Amino acid sequence: MTEQTASKSEAEVIADLDAFAELPDAPPKRKFRLTWVGYTSCAVVVFWLAICFIGPSIAPFHEMDMDGDDSFLDAYSGEYGSFHLGTDYLGRDTLSRVLYGARNTIGISLAATLIAYLIGITLGILAAVKGGWIDMGISRVNDAILALPTIMLGLIVIAALGSSIPILIGTAAVIYATSVFRISRALGQDIMVQDYVEVAHTRGEGIWWIIRAEVLPNAAMPLATDFGLRLVFVVLFISSLSFLGLGVQPPASDWGSMVRDNLQGLTYGSWAAIWPALAIASFTIAINLIVDDISAKSGGSLAKKMV
Amino acid sequence: MMLRMVWQRMGIGLVTLWVVSVIVFVATSILPGDVAQIILGQAATPETLAAMRAELGLDQPGYIRYFSWLGNMMTGDLGTSKAGGATISSLIGGRIGNTMMMAGLVAIISIPISIALGLWAAMHPGTILDRIVTFGTLSLISVPEFFIATVAVLILAVHLHWLPSTAYMTGDETFGQLIKALAMPLITLVIVVSAQMIRMTRAGILNVMSSPYIEMAILKGVPRGRIILRHAFFNAIGPIINVIALNLAYLVSGVVIVETIFAYPGLAKLMIDGVQTRDLPLVQACAMIFCGTYVVLILIADVGSIVSNPRLRSPK
Repeated sequence: MTEQTASKSEAEVIADLDAFAELPDAPPKRKFRLTWVGYTSCAVVVFWLAICFIGPSIAPFHEMDMDGDDSFLDAYSGEYGSFHLGTDYLGRDTLSRVLYGARNTIGISLAATLIAYLIGITLGILAAVKGGWIDMGISRVNDAILALPTIMLGLIVIAALGSSIPILIGTAAVIYATSVFRISRALGQDIMVQDYVEVAHTRGEGIWWIIRAEVLPNAAMPLATDFGLRLVFVVLFISSLSFLGLGVQPPASDWGSMVRDNLQGLTYGSWAAIWPALAIASFTIAINLIVDDISAKSGGSLAKKMV
Repeated sequence: MMLRMVWQRMGIGLVTLWVVSVIVFVATSILPGDVAQIILGQAATPETLAAMRAELGLDQPGYIRYFSWLGNMMTGDLGTSKAGGATISSLIGGRIGNTMMMAGLVAIISIPISIALGLWAAMHPGTILDRIVTFGTLSLISVPEFFIATVAVLILAVHLHWLPSTAYMTGDETFGQLIKALAMPLITLVIVVSAQMIRMTRAGILNVMSSPYIEMAILKGVPRGRIILRHAFFNAIGPIINVIALNLAYLVSGVVIVETIFAYPGLAKLMIDGVQTRDLPLVQACAMIFCGTYVVLILIADVGSIVSNPRLRSPK
């Protein structure tokens, strides 16, 4: 009899614990179990990131060497070596330029996204924590910039300042910082009204402690997923500008401008424009698939917040 | 209640337009580099520079220049292009029709396709075909527009020889020629815009599908197709109108790429040429037209979702 009640209450205790684990503010279970699509995509992204670093050293030619016998050749082996993906419109090795281009396209985008995050999170958390006129002021300016098509903003700035790599990074960073600001402000506001923040306040913790110990760790996961999406947008933005001839300037190799320069070769059946385009596509699709995989696992609410 | 909200949104829209004009003007005018210096180049003496500045009105303070620029723009005087000296309104007048026609045709073709496919995918979630649609559209929205255009040229123009690879127009072609010239840019833009719209339509419907009244209908035994067409669709119209307007706004950046790649004589091509020659008055005017259109379309999306939501339509 007593044994029975004891075991029953034990079951109840376990049930209670389980119920507790289902509470919305229970610490999230950090489980990264991706599907095979997710793992394959991770491999693709890691591959391209590695190419950013080792690309120039494994490339058979220098990005600016015009060693091919003629422009728009298919893959062939000549006196100077093997051109595995053929040559481009100036007779340069397409493979080498794709390998060198990774550094420019991904490097610039990564730098721009990181700066955008730095600006966006700092201002976003500041606006969420301080509120009042600081919040009002930053938010209004932010809304105005968000109300413009990104490519138009890019065009206006480049029309006025001309194009160089620092200007590209700066422009992309400022434009995309606006969306980071909006997300981190929303996340920050959500977190600031939670009970544990109130408890910390009451306990007498300073504002910096709260930001460091409560706000940032809780905002980290959604922001990390958003980072992937933002990086994709920046890659598309930078390569679109390059494609228009307003981004990375020749003779440096960049995937967007490589597509533009070799476009005329399409009519002769040359794939010189397709390879860099495929490189961009594989990188951006892979990131999107990873993000999709993660947000499918962690419930829809996360994904909705990030749009 | 609803009218007041609509008016409020329109007011916000106007304010946004004004802020946009400030951003465009500030970004292009109060920057390092002097237009007079650029025009005169090496031959500039201090006297000719001063004369040129006075002629261009550059000797006046920024806010006076801003208001005269704004005033001129409101009255339709867009100024003179620095390259060639033609008036900007005549340059734009020759191009804007082409861009409008393209955008209109894209909208007419892509809206029905996207809504139908989005609905269809939402009606059969989890099936192989739904997965193909979801994966396909995700891939399409994550690649640059010029990738789609390049592949379209490779397949349709180079391998199949069905269509020309540029959309060069002289202005006096027959209807058949016009269709042929337009086909390639149209196909590209329709693919780009539809992919996004299909995804958002599907998501919108599935979102409505998780509400209690749908659960009720399911428990009642209503067939799935009927639930979607009678219960879910009408409640998803608000979000869908939103999606359509947002994607037409998205066309703004799509046309920039597509007009360049196919050498289509539209407004965006004009603007890119302006950026390359640093013809700032032309860039300002084009940017205002594009941004204005964008703001108006976003406004329509806003108003559309207010009007289609009964809770906002009737006072509480």
